[in-house]
Amino acid sequence: MKILTGNDLGTGDVVWWTGSDWSRHIEDASDVGDQGEAIAQAEEGARRVNTPYVIDGEMTETGPRPAHIKDRIRALGPTIRPDLTLKPADPEAGNWVI
Amino acid sequence: MYRYDQYDQNLVDTRVEEFRDQVERRLSGALTEDQFKPLRLMNGLYLQLHAYMLRVAIPYGTLDGRQMHMLATIARKYDRGYGHFTTRQNLQYNWIKLDDAPDILADLATVEMHAIQTSGNCIRNISSDQFAGAAADEVTDPRPWAELLRQWSSFHPEFTYLPRKFKFAVIASDEDRAAMRLHDIGIQIVERDGSFGARIFAGGGMGRTPVIGKEIKDFVPVTNLLSYLEACIRVYNRHGRRDNMYKARIKILINALGVEEYVRQVEAEYAALDKQDIDPPLAEFERIAAYFAPPAFEADAPDTVDRSDPDFALWLDQNVGQHKQPGYAMATISLKPVGGIPGDASADQMDLMADLAERYSFDELRVTHAQNIVLPHVKKADLYALWQALNQAGLAEANLDLISDIIACPGLDYCSLANARSIPIAQKIAERFADAGRQRDLGELKLKISGCINACGHHHAGHIGILGVDRKGTENYQLLLGGSGAEDVSLAKITGPGFDEAGIVDAVETVTNVYLGAREQGERFVDTYRRVGMEPFKEALYG
Ligand code: SF4
Repeated sequence: MKILTGNDLGTGDVVWWTGSDWSRHIEDASDVGDQGEAIAQAEEGARRVNTPYVIDGEMTETGPRPAHIKDRIRALGPTIRPDLTLKPADPEAGNWVI
Repeated sequence: MYRYDQYDQNLVDTRVEEFRDQVERRLSGALTEDQFKPLRLMNGLYLQLHAYMLRVAIPYGTLDGRQMHMLATIARKYDRGYGHFTTRQNLQYNWIKLDDAPDILADLATVEMHAIQTSGNCIRNISSDQFAGAAADEVTDPRPWAELLRQWSSFHPEFTYLPRKFKFAVIASDEDRAAMRLHDIGIQIVERDGSFGARIFAGGGMGRTPVIGKEIKDFVPVTNLLSYLEACIRVYNRHGRRDNMYKARIKILINALGVEEYVRQVEAEYAALDKQDIDPPLAEFERIAAYFAPPAFEADAPDTVDRSDPDFALWLDQNVGQHKQPGYAMATISLKPVGGIPGDASADQMDLMADLAERYSFDELRVTHAQNIVLPHVKKADLYALWQALNQAGLAEANLDLISDIIACPGLDYCSLANARSIPIAQKIAERFADAGRQRDLGELKLKISGCINACGHHHAGHIGILGVDRKGTENYQLLLGGSGAEDVSLAKITGPGFDEAGIVDAVETVTNVYLGAREQGERFVDTYRRVGMEPFKEALYG
């Protein structure tokens, strides 16, 4: 699948395109197919997101998973500060990255 | 410490308001990201993996308690309660919101700090010896020279768009604690016939193409220093490559021209410069130097320390250095607890270090390029009380320059340029060697980790260096041996094929075992490596 991601313009938060809006949770990401570039351009114009770009991913049992480790770390948060990740209560969250 | 005059303060305050306007225009859509990005970078604001990152300049690594308290306040108020001290003696905040950035810069300006020129192709923060003004072996305090360079290079109109970033380091002792020869220009202040001058090295650097700086001038008096440096950078600015960012640093230019031709051009430029227009009168240098006058040391402070507490004695031996003033000492606070994140400090820790500096170190702190903090002027009689306070806060790790005192860049946990994570590797190695006796037995061993070829973690200069690479989408780690950023400067060499995350920790243990088996009396790891060469290490690693 193709996933559209970027950083929120104001907060810098990592965000994922859900099909109609941006979410901070990778679970909400939708498959943008070949529409990623067009959505990115429109959204950049709307000033909600900073430098959106399309990445490869796959749909797994637990939801969309970016293909590259860099985007898995973006989706989770720094692996060495589990207290600051998006899933601070999940002790397995760090393993999800690898 | 240097204090801003009204010009400095106006300059910084005006810059804050200018950036506030730029941020508003970005948020309103009047500026595109392409237009805004160079403006935010000039104010130290990057976009990293998880958020905006703000890099705050700490000129030559010197700050006072008031400034450290402000860094803590900002960490609490605008970030997530911590900051990261870097190998350029700066501080980075990892979780900054764009619309908070102008307020943060305004808060910094109230304590004479800013984030100007912590990014971009300009002259960056000047780095120096963390023991400046205190070390027993220095010929003079290098910081007035560094401050002179700071003033000259701040907003220098000709050098705002250099081919690439430009880094200076200034030291004033034969022992090099600032990796001086691995800077674009490194300066050693030396004494000749009763006066001081600058010995200049050019073309050093790490990154993709590591090079050791070459001596280009043996003595420049302070009254000609700025015009000489102006000539050095002019030649670079004129001929440095702008077509290829990987070949744009001064080290590439000097290698291409040859050092003799570079020096010839610098001398020709220097001869033609209107020096009066550039160099300050000696009185101005002396005015700056007066800010760095030694604090009011007690002349008869006792020179002995009660070593009866064995844990304190270990810290004393490892983390405390000899001061030029009898009765005083330089204490390094390790930011490398086993299992911790190298260089990170919480807001509470910053406040505590600021309080301790106010109480015990004439209100002075230093940031080291090895990502630790120094209290430079502690009365020997106060060392035990200081250690107790640090110990209570988990800041009394007695591991300075030992294998767990690891330099690690933020790596793939934070940095958008990274190929691999650095911090978890540092943590695993520190845990493997957690036993304090084992660390001390290994002796001085500088281990440095970078998450990509940019080498912010100084891996080329590590006795043991580790470089994170991307091997088909997975993290892989190259091992390097034999580097040094000190006065015995050398560049580390790659051992061979890389290792995965678990393998690199084993590999480090393997090479330390080779060292233990081969070392001769008094040899450090790097000395043994230099004597026996790479082969025995390779043999043990790859069979
Ligand atoms: S060395 Fe690379 S990964 Fe590490 S901080 Fe520098 S740019 Fe980022």
